[in-house]
Amino acid sequence: MSALQPSELDRPTLARDRSAADTDLKSVSAALRRAEFGDRMRSLLLAAPLLILLVLSFGIPIVLLLSRAVYDPTIADALPKTAQALGNWNGQGVPGDDAFAALAADLKENQAKGTAYELAKSLNARLPGARSQVLKTVRKLESADGPAALDAVKSVPFWSAPSTWPAIRSGTRSLTSFYLLSALDLRWNADGGIEQVPPEQAIFIQVFLRTFFVAASVTLATLILGFPLAYLIANVPKGLAAILIVAVLLPFWTSILVRTAAWTVLLQKFGLVNDFLLLIGVTSDRVDLMYSRIGLIIAMTHIQLPFTLLPIYSVMRTIPASQMKAAYSLGARPFTAFRRVYIPQVFPGVMAGCMLTFILCLGYYITPALIGGASDQLISNFIANYVNVELNWEMAAALSFILLVFTLALFGIFARVLGLDRLKLV
Amino acid sequence: MVETGNVPIDLVTVETATVLQGCDAGILERLDYSKIAPRDKFIQGSALDCGVGLDAYGDILAYDPTVLKEAPTSVLDLFDTTKFPGKRAMRKFPAQNLEWALMADGVAPADVYKVLATPEGVVRAFKKLDTIKKDIVWWDAGAQPAQLLASKEVVMTTAWNGRIQNAIDTDKKPFKIVWNNQILEYDMISIPKGARNTELAYKYLAYISEPKNNAKLASYITYGPVRTDAASFVAPDALPKLPNAPDHLKGAYLVADTEFWGDYGEDLVKRFNAWLAQ
Repeated sequence: MSALQPSELDRPTLARDRSAADTDLKSVSAALRRAEFGDRMRSLLLAAPLLILLVLSFGIPIVLLLSRAVYDPTIADALPKTAQALGNWNGQGVPGDDAFAALAADLKENQAKGTAYELAKSLNARLPGARSQVLKTVRKLESADGPAALDAVKSVPFWSAPSTWPAIRSGTRSLTSFYLLSALDLRWNADGGIEQVPPEQAIFIQVFLRTFFVAASVTLATLILGFPLAYLIANVPKGLAAILIVAVLLPFWTSILVRTAAWTVLLQKFGLVNDFLLLIGVTSDRVDLMYSRIGLIIAMTHIQLPFTLLPIYSVMRTIPASQMKAAYSLGARPFTAFRRVYIPQVFPGVMAGCMLTFILCLGYYITPALIGGASDQLISNFIANYVNVELNWEMAAALSFILLVFTLALFGIFARVLGLDRLKLV
Repeated sequence: MVETGNVPIDLVTVETATVLQGCDAGILERLDYSKIAPRDKFIQGSALDCGVGLDAYGDILAYDPTVLKEAPTSVLDLFDTTKFPGKRAMRKFPAQNLEWALMADGVAPADVYKVLATPEGVVRAFKKLDTIKKDIVWWDAGAQPAQLLASKEVVMTTAWNGRIQNAIDTDKKPFKIVWNNQILEYDMISIPKGARNTELAYKYLAYISEPKNNAKLASYITYGPVRTDAASFVAPDALPKLPNAPDHLKGAYLVADTEFWGDYGEDLVKRFNAWLAQ
């Protein structure tokens, strides 16, 4: 080959050769990329039905629902003239007559279109008491036109209250931070700053903290109960292990509602648990386990146990018993061998199980609803209440959004600390 | 349903506060009483613009005398935890509970709604409820009070009188009802706007509002008639069990102010839920 000839071993030739080799390499890697691309497209095509289903039934609805937390055009749609009239209002006190006249016209329009109630309800969510006032004004407007309509609006003291117009103005902006702030017990004050809501109205921070506390307690309880059990199942003869696994899985296959209902039977004041506690003399009187935090944690721990146990068990099963023996033979005491040989290997399983349980617990609804007392309701119960009872989907979306952000943040921290590739779910 | 223009039902039973709200929202038909019955023949408050009374029921206190050695004499004994220790069940709803709280705090029945309409009155009511909050088990569905009493989960419970009477008569439970300081309410029946068979619906309303028909319901569940002239038609064995039987109106009682709850209900529910969660 020419390249081997000494006369040609000068720099320019070498450079030329290298660039030729580079071109070769480039075309090879391009071909490789093409092949890989084809492969990737084929696998993407295979996964396409699932991806489309996920996007349509999961992604889009979630985005649409969550968007309601920040986008609420009800008031803007209902009060276009008022919004315009408020455009040059300085935000202090009560605006001039043109705003009142615009409001009267808008309200009449709403009454004609049959949307007055929607508006009243939407304004009430921001300004408690507004519902009946809006409807009262609309009734008065039924028989009033022109200047009389202006008087009709002015005759309702609600419209001259200092808190009314800032709320209307903020409502006429479709893009709103109102619900997200409310979900964190915050609100805008009159000066345009953010402040905490009065203590008798503040609930959500407390409920979020409670949700995380319950989830953490249940996770810890399932770990304490599940770890030794998983160790036992992984280290007994196969036949016995199969029986134990079925014992763990059998309740797992039962509906969560049935298991929760079963716990209400066990935990009630004259239930089996109380009978047993009295019989063995642990307590001298019947204790209130139903409608209490402790009852809730007991029931949730039972329901969540398999979720923590199974990932731990699946990792433990892969660790040969000979490793511990090897550690002993090298002079390690049992605890040292356990700590330095066993624990590091089962750690990914433990973390996976705990994370699974923790995140599932954050979304618990039916068990707190049936077993928890009024002060044991978790954030999901509030979201459900806003969706089903109060029909305030904006608030439900805002709470869901905050919960999602917290959960993703926790997941992120977890992935950062442990590394997702080390996760062993099953 | 009304919004979509497809109204598959012609009649709907609703609570009174809901009738007022539905009337405002324009989803219930404004009733023409000339097609039903003379409006002045109804107990006051039971013939509304958008709903006609079906029956009168009482929010009462129920207890199991085999559990409570001393008998409570008023619904307000709910708030006396020294004399009646133990859990008590109350409806997970602000209406009635706030009224009882104020009365237990010394407000005369006639002034209850006047006080409750002020912010200080609301604070006062919640303060009173605070004193027994840790002893309350909350119920949602009408069947729960009797269950909670039967399982001895609570020593006393608020309830709708018919549910407890049912447990006494049908299930042979030893429960007792305390009528003193009961709150009287009416079940209402309305026609949704856009109903297809409005005329038939009116015929039905006229039929059930006839005194002798209005009195018949009492034989099936112990809820009283809403027509002032129906008492003589009530079956004799049912009469003493009705919330508006003369004997049960001798003590203190309160007629629920539906207009108050129509106006303040939504805000008080919100406040109540926040209070519950704290």
